[in-house]
Amino acid sequence: MANVKLTVNGRAVSRDVPDTTLLSEFLRETLRLTGTHVGCDTSQCGACVVHVNGKAMKSCTVLAAAISGGEVTTVEGLANGSLHPMQTAFNDNHGLQCGFCTPGMIMTGVDMVNRYKAAGRELTEEAIRHELEGNICRCTGYHNIVKSIQDAAAKM
Amino acid sequence: MSEGIGARVKRKEDKRFITGKGKYTDDIRMENQAYAAFVRSPHAHARVLGIDTSAAEAMEGVVAVLNGQQLTGDGIGNIICGWAITSKDGSPMNMGAWSALATEKVRYVGDAVAVVIADSQSQARLAAEAVEVEYEELPVLVSTRDALADGAAQIHDNAPGNLIYDWEIGDAAATDAALAGSAHVTEMEITNNRLSPNPMEPRSAVAIYDEAEEHYTLYTTSQNPHVARLVLSAFYNVAPEHKLRVIAPDVGGGFGSKIYIYPEEITCLWASMKTGRSVKWTSDRSEAFLTDAHGRDHVSTAKMGFDANGRITGFKVDTIANFGAYMSLFSSAVPTYLYATLLSGQYNISNIHCNVRAVYTNTVPVDAYRGAGRPEACYLIERMMETAAREMGKDPAELRRANFITQFPHETPVIMTYDAGDFGGNLDKAMAAADVAGFAARKAEAAARGKLRGLGYSAYIEACGIAPSQAVGSLGAGVGLWESAEVRVNPVGTVEILTGSHSHGQGHETTFAQIVADRFGIPIDNVQVVHGDTDKVQFGMGTYGSRSGAVGMSAIVKAMDKVEAKVKKIAAHTLEASEDDIVIEGGAVKVAGTDKQMLWHEVGLAAYTAHNLPDGMEPGLKEGAFYDPVNFTFPAGVYIAEVEVDPETGVTKIVQFTAADDFGTIINPMIVEGQVHGGIAQGVGQAMLENVSYDADGQLLTGSYMDYCMPRADDLPSYTLEHNTTVCPNNPLGIKGCGEAGAIGSPPAVINAITDAIGTNDLQMPATPQAVWRAIQAAKSPMAAE
Repeated sequence: MANVKLTVNGRAVSRDVPDTTLLSEFLRETLRLTGTHVGCDTSQCGACVVHVNGKAMKSCTVLAAAISGGEVTTVEGLANGSLHPMQTAFNDNHGLQCGFCTPGMIMTGVDMVNRYKAAGRELTEEAIRHELEGNICRCTGYHNIVKSIQDAAAKM
Repeated sequence: MSEGIGARVKRKEDKRFITGKGKYTDDIRMENQAYAAFVRSPHAHARVLGIDTSAAEAMEGVVAVLNGQQLTGDGIGNIICGWAITSKDGSPMNMGAWSALATEKVRYVGDAVAVVIADSQSQARLAAEAVEVEYEELPVLVSTRDALADGAAQIHDNAPGNLIYDWEIGDAAATDAALAGSAHVTEMEITNNRLSPNPMEPRSAVAIYDEAEEHYTLYTTSQNPHVARLVLSAFYNVAPEHKLRVIAPDVGGGFGSKIYIYPEEITCLWASMKTGRSVKWTSDRSEAFLTDAHGRDHVSTAKMGFDANGRITGFKVDTIANFGAYMSLFSSAVPTYLYATLLSGQYNISNIHCNVRAVYTNTVPVDAYRGAGRPEACYLIERMMETAAREMGKDPAELRRANFITQFPHETPVIMTYDAGDFGGNLDKAMAAADVAGFAARKAEAAARGKLRGLGYSAYIEACGIAPSQAVGSLGAGVGLWESAEVRVNPVGTVEILTGSHSHGQGHETTFAQIVADRFGIPIDNVQVVHGDTDKVQFGMGTYGSRSGAVGMSAIVKAMDKVEAKVKKIAAHTLEASEDDIVIEGGAVKVAGTDKQMLWHEVGLAAYTAHNLPDGMEPGLKEGAFYDPVNFTFPAGVYIAEVEVDPETGVTKIVQFTAADDFGTIINPMIVEGQVHGGIAQGVGQAMLENVSYDADGQLLTGSYMDYCMPRADDLPSYTLEHNTTVCPNNPLGIKGCGEAGAIGSPPAVINAITDAIGTNDLQMPATPQAVWRAIQAAKSPMAAE
């Protein structure tokens, strides 16, 4: 067993879990934060993306114990009183259908915009499509996801 | 802003999804939850000689290890195909037995032979690996093409030569004669590649048995919970319907693959009774590739004849359809009544004949996947048209136009009656939006950069709004395909819609509310759409075949008709006016031409207080309706793909994709466009990226996202969409349906564009860079690609 101490969505948590517990399992099963989804078993689909210490990470790819002491933000923790601009943009631009990939898309989108803004780079449609390499959606054909991220980028 | 029909209303259901508050089946955890893990065959075809569970049973956390003998011993019935197809010699289809847990034989890699129930998921999985199954391997059959060959492995005893049925439609002699008398005949052999549907949410089930009540509850990833309950009850003998509640909560996409009732859901229900524990199973992606029903997998030869003026004289098709190891729920209908009946396309064709042989192989069962039969038909016709135009030196758009059906209703030789359409108008809109006139200049510019540009058309038609119950019953369907709805007006005037349709991405909670807002003049926020629970909704046939608008909404309209009639009676009585003078507008119920009115909620309150109702009227304001369609609906359109190919590498990029669709009445353009985007992406995936691949031993080579190429954002373009609306005359809202069009229309447009670019028609899907490069080399020199 490992003692995992994390700050998740601003709240300190400490839990003893098996050493092999993935961060995605820790969030979903231990903390019951089920907004983070698991859509594959090869770290390809990106439905499980959360922010670890401010950076996007596939939570199915990391052991909870390996990031003990860190800060995690999940989709449940993104809204701060009101919806985050990325969440609003997905609603405004019909960037989701079944909603399963959406938490990962939103967390990836926020990270993408933050990185490009920090580097002073323009987030073009081509760049967004390239950046979404690690997030799979089967419903939207990506058209409106790209629009949503472009829209949010202008407002973040 | 209007929230009614035609309004681009933002989705009501989005908030829970964008904040992580969606409730999917795997998010549910019961008290005392146990977990199931399946022991699956590593062999594609083998006899099961024995199962040793002793080591697994001794492992920590293991509650039970159960097998197929116990399952069948408890009376759980075999999995069935619900649509009876009769061979042309009059014999019934040869349906082989399919037990949820295999007893004597396994027939594909992934076939379940036992299940472990344990306290945790990891304990269940570890114990499943410790179950020892002794197999005697048997010869394996994988290839569609080889299934009927002499000496092929025999998969089911009651299907000699692996033939499930040998079916035909149309007039063979007349078609042969027409082809013989043709000025030109185009002949092609066309493969429609096998796909895995891949909704992003893997299948999941939580089964709960209440021993005191002898009652089961199943939370599951279903597109049609009532159909699941019906089949689980009537055929699999899990429990009678009144002792079985099926709930499909938020479901993360379906695309057909969540229509069926699979071995895992049946087993979880049975295991919850056996163990007295709530039993949960969630597929991982590898298991999804191994067990979710696949789609397509046809091999066809086709001949299309033309007269000297380029008019189609006849169309003859011979198809082998691969059903995999067992007949899935609607498998038999897909390559027959959802495929061959669409082979007239958008064209006037007097003579059509199609023969279909369905076969077993040692692969995952195949059933309906987005489009289901219609993509296979469209791909055949539209590749034939493009190829024929090239062979005859005609413009592919004009060859199509010259053959378009222009008079409606139009009866095809393959039993469909098209009710309305404007095929020429669709073509005009698509060509204008795609700037076909400027293509030659773009091609020249690309050539200057060393790239090959191509443009390809597809004029698709599909039969949706499935389906008139009597008609499908006469064709072998085991169920009726109507839909039901209930409209409840509450005393405060808010409205609940209970629908048998199921939303798993389609946005019903918004669009169904819009038709209520349109009718009664109330805000969509005052309308709640309830679906997906057999305890709440009386009955329903579910969502597939682009039917929720044309059939599901029509049932709501019928129920609203009844509500409106009662509202008018109450208002006329209260306002002392004639019923005929009552109108509903702007949230009020008015006497036309006067200032006398009741507000909408006042009518609701009057109905429930019942202090002053017309003599003999029952209190309350709640009406239900069943709607049975009178015909299929026929969405149609023209898609134009423009591609650029790098001849050195075969790498192909879609530079422009244009769609002009006729979906009839559109309730919410934003949602309809989203459906088209997603459909096109799946069609482009089939055309360029996706293929389920087996080796000769029946091992699945494409069992993860490392191997099966799902379309990513940078594989796809943004799309240009146009609408050209003719209203469907056969349902109250004039809706045709939009869910499958993109997946049906896009594959031939893409392949026609690539073959136009590279100058050879010899190319099969998926057109990967390697396939395109090989086609280029083969066209240069027939020996070069060998």
